[in-house]
Amino acid sequence: MELQAVLMAAGGGSRMMDLTYNTPKPLLPVGNKPLIWYPLNLLERVGFEEVIVITTKEVQKMISTDPKVKLDVKMKLDLVCIQEDADMGTADALRHIQQKVKTDVLVVSCDLITDAALHEVVDLFRAHNATLSMLMSKAHEFTETVPGQKGKKKTGEQRDFVGVDDTGKRLLFMANEADLDEGVVIRKSIMRKHPRMHIKTGLVDAHLYCLKKSVVDFLADNKSISSIRGELVPYLVRKQFSKSTNSPKVIDETHQNLKKNDSNVNLEIQISSRDEELLHLTQERSCWNDHRGDMSDAYHGGRLRCYVHIMDEGICYRVNTLAAYIEANRLAPKLFDEPAVHPSAVVSERCLIGADSIIGASCQISDKTSIKRSTIGVSTTVREKVKVTNSIIMHGVTIEEGCNIQGSVICSNAVIGRGADIKYCLVGSAQRIEPDGEHTTMSKACSA
Amino acid sequence: MKRESIVPAACAAVTYTVLCHPHHHTVFIVLTDGPGNKDDITRSKNEGKELSKEEKQRLRKQKKQQKKQKERKNEKSETEKEKTPVSLLPPPRPVATQKAPSALPAPASAPIPVPASAPFHSSPAPSPADKPAKSKAELKAERRARQETDRAAKQPGSSSSGIKTKVPLSELNPVVKRLPEHVQVDDPAVVKRLAKKLERQQIPLRSDYGYKVSLFSHLHQYSRKAPLTQQLSIPSTVIHPSIVRLGLQYSQGIVAGSNARSVALLHAFKQVIRDYTTPPNEELSRDLVNKLKPYISFLNQCRPLSASMGNAIKYIKKEISNIPSQCKEEEAKTKLLTCIDRYIEEKIVLAAKAISKYAIEKISDGDVILVYGCSSLVNNILCEAFEKSRKFRVIVVDSRPRLEGREALRRLVQRGISCTYVLISALSYILPEVSKVFLGAHALLANGYVMSRVGTSQIALVARTFNVPVLVCCETYKFCEKVQTDSFVSNELDDPDDLMVTRKGKTQLENWQDVSSLGLLNLVYDVTPPDFVDLVITDLGMIPCTSVPVVLRVKNLDQ
Repeated sequence: MELQAVLMAAGGGSRMMDLTYNTPKPLLPVGNKPLIWYPLNLLERVGFEEVIVITTKEVQKMISTDPKVKLDVKMKLDLVCIQEDADMGTADALRHIQQKVKTDVLVVSCDLITDAALHEVVDLFRAHNATLSMLMSKAHEFTETVPGQKGKKKTGEQRDFVGVDDTGKRLLFMANEADLDEGVVIRKSIMRKHPRMHIKTGLVDAHLYCLKKSVVDFLADNKSISSIRGELVPYLVRKQFSKSTNSPKVIDETHQNLKKNDSNVNLEIQISSRDEELLHLTQERSCWNDHRGDMSDAYHGGRLRCYVHIMDEGICYRVNTLAAYIEANRLAPKLFDEPAVHPSAVVSERCLIGADSIIGASCQISDKTSIKRSTIGVSTTVREKVKVTNSIIMHGVTIEEGCNIQGSVICSNAVIGRGADIKYCLVGSAQRIEPDGEHTTMSKACSA
Repeated sequence: MKRESIVPAACAAVTYTVLCHPHHHTVFIVLTDGPGNKDDITRSKNEGKELSKEEKQRLRKQKKQQKKQKERKNEKSETEKEKTPVSLLPPPRPVATQKAPSALPAPASAPIPVPASAPFHSSPAPSPADKPAKSKAELKAERRARQETDRAAKQPGSSSSGIKTKVPLSELNPVVKRLPEHVQVDDPAVVKRLAKKLERQQIPLRSDYGYKVSLFSHLHQYSRKAPLTQQLSIPSTVIHPSIVRLGLQYSQGIVAGSNARSVALLHAFKQVIRDYTTPPNEELSRDLVNKLKPYISFLNQCRPLSASMGNAIKYIKKEISNIPSQCKEEEAKTKLLTCIDRYIEEKIVLAAKAISKYAIEKISDGDVILVYGCSSLVNNILCEAFEKSRKFRVIVVDSRPRLEGREALRRLVQRGISCTYVLISALSYILPEVSKVFLGAHALLANGYVMSRVGTSQIALVARTFNVPVLVCCETYKFCEKVQTDSFVSNELDDPDDLMVTRKGKTQLENWQDVSSLGLLNLVYDVTPPDFVDLVITDLGMIPCTSVPVVLRVKNLDQ
């Protein structure tokens, strides 16, 4: 078997607590499908037959019991539960399933919505025998106004600096602004080997990684690393150019001393494979080099290589903020071609449903309603003379007559009273908006 | 007849008349090297059917082979085995029929020792007098048992017939040669056949790209931006992951150069063999070869196979088919792995050393040596010569679009050899300084022509006009039975987009596809006639170009 897929679905959605305090993030509806469906669909389209899903007990229960959460995937899902309060990072989760990992892994995050061609990432991983291969995309500005926020919120998120070489494929440098004190520090050894480096800041990390099995084993020995994106990836990128990875002498010594606790050493032992001499002979006889202009061999003799595929066009979103969630809802219908209006929805004839709206199953849309650019969830009831524009209505919501909902997010099982006027609001789960209320740019959520 | 040596004379006549029945297959378990083909011949003979032309030809060759093998096999255990069946044949007859079903799937090494090794259920020696009386009933039972075996054999039948057609060819090598098919992309029937074959093997078809120059429209032209892996599922199940990796490395040019490609291929085959498990009711010797076929088609789609790779594959297939069936799986696998290691060691590593030894004799102090492109063998020779303190300097000639000479330049300068670098357009300018030309080869054809990187024939031609000796260095495993006199018939077309150059942000040829009268041609190989080559240095010695067919003949006889 070549690759095993691991889906990380245990995240808390800490940046959109308004939405996730009731529904766990993997099960948030996007385009009337649970968020976790999108990465699963991506893996299934590409040809995976089994996925290891790391999630919490709550999610597992909801997946198996709740009829609204239909996953619709033909792959075999191996659900691994971890404690919610254990505060496990993604690398900790990977360490947890180390026994199940038998070959190289493809780690995907549950909040990734993309139509990327995965073979580009995996081809880099295969062709260059890379240790890490990841996917990134040019970030798009979010244009929709976010409900519950007054004005455009300045992104408090800090920038990521990503350094790639001239071909744009080899990952040379990765650091987050938070980790840098004064400026971007680049080691001379990197500059000597790759004199031309392009540093990009406007990239979105898709959190899709191809990792060698030796990395998973290395994680098992080094318990200090807890997050893949935060700690493991920068560590691997730095290690490409560290002296110990490159000198063959050190590797000979490490083969003799098997009981060293040094983390560097462990990674080296695991990288070398059988038939090393044949691979070496091939590289020696092949007239290919990945760079030119200096006297060193291909890859500068380094054995640890990290690659990145940067997508120029196409959809790639990580749904971890409210703005991203709304944007994703807008674009999600493009990713699958089910009919916009679910066949089991009861839609009366005198209502106006825009072309880019999605009506979920078992909905009841009454007369004289107008639904534009919105998503209506499963089992929602919309009474007469309601105007819904640019909004996301989740499951089981009841909207009484005469309401006007614009640019808002209404969570599951909420009830909007008659004649309410809601603009750019976020109504939490099972909330009630009293009739004839007028709310603008407000976030009404229950403090559970 | 072979049969007579196994079946005791007393029974022989009886056997013939009764069993020459048109509806029954008769299968005699005969001692043979090639599995199954003898059965085929004897079977069709006994059926009394009209033998087809091929079968008649095969029969004739069989007889010739048998005469040869008879002498060889006299000291083998067959004689002992003949004796035992003679005395014990009567009772083992019923045992033999029961053994026939299990023996048929493994005719290669299930000679008459089957009765000898089979547990004898019946008492050793009923009187020979009973034999003729028993024989009719026994023969009927035998016939019935053989019908069942044939029905059972229908399942592995496709694999065994594959072996059958292959083995006669290798045995009849001196007479009938199987030449590689010509690529004929402009013939829709051939393309359809190829597509069907790939579909059967579950390998995606790679589509051609761009306008092809008319002289070369019969060849494939692929784009590097459309890799074959696009159409494969990501955890590749049909094709072994190391083969997918190898195909990618070939198509992206990461593994280039015929030596490197062969070594990488054998390395990947080692992984395949390591991960292989024989399915139940299958034989390793046949099933593994069948497993390798789709991989080879896949690699061919990624990049057309080189002559050296073809020879390596032939060697592996032969080794696998020669695994005796009673060999355990682990043993067979380790045997194959050591065979591969030995092949690489002998044909590539040691051959390079031998060639260096001969070539160094030809390099004298004060020489100016011209090399073209990046041939691993020539680089090896020059580095060794430098280590043996020969004083010479090197001129590296390079050509677009591959610009492989830069890599050769780097490797030579790294060792300390003083080098000059020119492009091929400056060849006639630089040649008056040159004292010898060393060229590498991709393959040596049976008529003495040298197939090498495009541009080599130019170099040889100009060197000839300047009276500079041209020496081609080539290992014997790259010798190929093809015959070609021009570079059109069989060649390789690389991605035409490689010819585009971006200077100061502008790519002039960016929209070359829109210009209807423009075609881009990126040839990979060309053939040099033997008149331009003064000497070929191989691991067998220094031979003239016209001696290549002799080497091939000697090699085939050895095998």
